[in-house]
Amino acid sequence: MGWFQKTYNRIKKGKKKIDVPDGLWTKCTNCSEIIYNKTLDENFRVCPKCGYHFYIGAWKRIEITLDEGSFIQYNSSLPSVNPLNFPGYEEKLKKGKGKTGLDEAILIGEGKIEGKQVAIAVTDFGFMGGSMGLVMGERIVFIADKAAEKNIPLIIISGSGGGARMHEGVVSLMQMAKVASAIGEFKSKGGLYISVLTNPTMGGAMASFASIGDIIIAEPGALLGFAGPRVIKQTIKQQMPKGFQRSESLIKHGMIDMVVERAKIRPTLNKLLDFLVF
Amino acid sequence: MEEKNSKYILGFEKPLVELENKIQELKNLSEKEGIDLKEDIQRLKDRLRRLEENTFKNLTPWQRVQLARHPARPKTLTIVELIFDEWIELHGDRLCSDDQAIVAGLGKINEHRLVWIGHQKGESIKENLSRNFGMAHPEGYRKAKRIMSLAEKFHLPVVSFIDTPGAYPGIEAEERGQAEAIASNLEKMSQLKSPILVIIIGEGGSGGALGIGVGDRVLMLENAIYSVISPEGCAAILWKDQSKVEEAAAALKLTAQDLLKLNIIDGIIPEPRGGAHRDVEQTASNIKRAILREIETLKAIPLEELLIRRKIKYRTMGKPRGEVDE
Ligand SMILES: [Zn+2]
Repeated sequence: MGWFQKTYNRIKKGKKKIDVPDGLWTKCTNCSEIIYNKTLDENFRVCPKCGYHFYIGAWKRIEITLDEGSFIQYNSSLPSVNPLNFPGYEEKLKKGKGKTGLDEAILIGEGKIEGKQVAIAVTDFGFMGGSMGLVMGERIVFIADKAAEKNIPLIIISGSGGGARMHEGVVSLMQMAKVASAIGEFKSKGGLYISVLTNPTMGGAMASFASIGDIIIAEPGALLGFAGPRVIKQTIKQQMPKGFQRSESLIKHGMIDMVVERAKIRPTLNKLLDFLVF
Repeated sequence: MEEKNSKYILGFEKPLVELENKIQELKNLSEKEGIDLKEDIQRLKDRLRRLEENTFKNLTPWQRVQLARHPARPKTLTIVELIFDEWIELHGDRLCSDDQAIVAGLGKINEHRLVWIGHQKGESIKENLSRNFGMAHPEGYRKAKRIMSLAEKFHLPVVSFIDTPGAYPGIEAEERGQAEAIASNLEKMSQLKSPILVIIIGEGGSGGALGIGVGDRVLMLENAIYSVISPEGCAAILWKDQSKVEEAAAALKLTAQDLLKLNIIDGIIPEPRGGAHRDVEQTASNIKRAILREIETLKAIPLEELLIRRKIKYRTMGKPRGEVDE
């Protein structure tokens, strides 16, 4: 589980290691190209040179996915709890809030894609690795029920490298069963569920809501899997094959429907909604 | 069996085993030499009982972890053998292979026909290698899923025995969709049109345990554990210190007693004093009694209601008690 922390630090460092005026330029984590921030933003925070997909937060994700001004947020005041009185958990939550401006690692709501009404959830890697605890479980159930009630498609965009949140113990583990149950019910009633996987989505998130989409889309180069690379390396004591657990490997092994670059996700969703529902 | 059990003695079991050996020695001596040592033996027996009481009355969470992982602890097939009147094993996921880390089959207890599934650890090093220490690949979860479909088709209740350190973290397991296999089982079990009884008999290791662990009733053996991460993993992340496993085991609230309080499980099956491995037959008989009680209750509930109850059970999972509006 701890590997995500490392990955996150790397991302952070990548952003900070700029020897040019702060906030104007970003150095690409992958190819070291110095990119003008405005250019990066206009390009959906994808490196124009190598195509590396930078982390973007949940609000940005809503902005680039839905019709402008169409988003209505739900269930935004569910308080986080510390069910086990786990040491240091409150501080971690505070840090996550400060880093992302979110109250938890997930946003849910309703909005439109080219006028088509959808229920949507976005998990944010910046908030405790996007890990799933009670609040995420509750919100996914809420939005799946809402989609069922309104008979509209459900889209979940995952950036949940943290998997099930250790600090909530078995309570977090049970959220996996909880969300699978709610989404399963929605699907069995004929609802369309599209899962969009972004870097990284692992562990308890990948082993529950993220993997049971009727359609599964992944951004290029995303780290996707059950066990973290560090845990696997410790277990098998050998090097991982190149591209292991990346989107391109998953599509080769038949685990996802398509790899779609960030700029094309919205039009792809639109097309899928068009083919299947609207 | 007997010989192997004695090979594995936990630190806190040692004084007990030593006392037991001494009693045996005196018995042998008394027999061989024809001396009357009844009083001495009785005194030692009394001391053993008091020591047992003290040791096992207040086990720490970490001691329970050790008991839950005890190599001599009864495993799924041992329990199946002891509690079913008749049973057969079924094999394979029909896609790729037959994972030996998860076993499944059919069986009968009294008049009840059941489908059973479970993780299977090995009884020896050699068997543990073929069973992969009870750590399943996706094939294991898919085998379990296939057998559960069979249960649904023939309206049979499912009993699932949980005993795994976790799903296997390996290259092939990932490439063949470990996460998908588990996720898909969670979805399947939450909607399965058959009663499901889950019993955690040893280690309930995270997603790998939950992958066959969603049910109408979830019971734990007294010294079983259930956790989102191993105490070792938690200590490494939280304190960057492997020696803090005891603190981690306590913080994770992974014992049956804690999880009952948290409303995560529905009941605890008692173990013989000293743990399930000290009297396997007694353990099996306790499990059998619990299965009969639960299956009779579950079978009496109309299917539609059962599914609604299961849904509510998981919808309210982890909510503070005041918010549960069942
Ligand atoms: Zn680049």
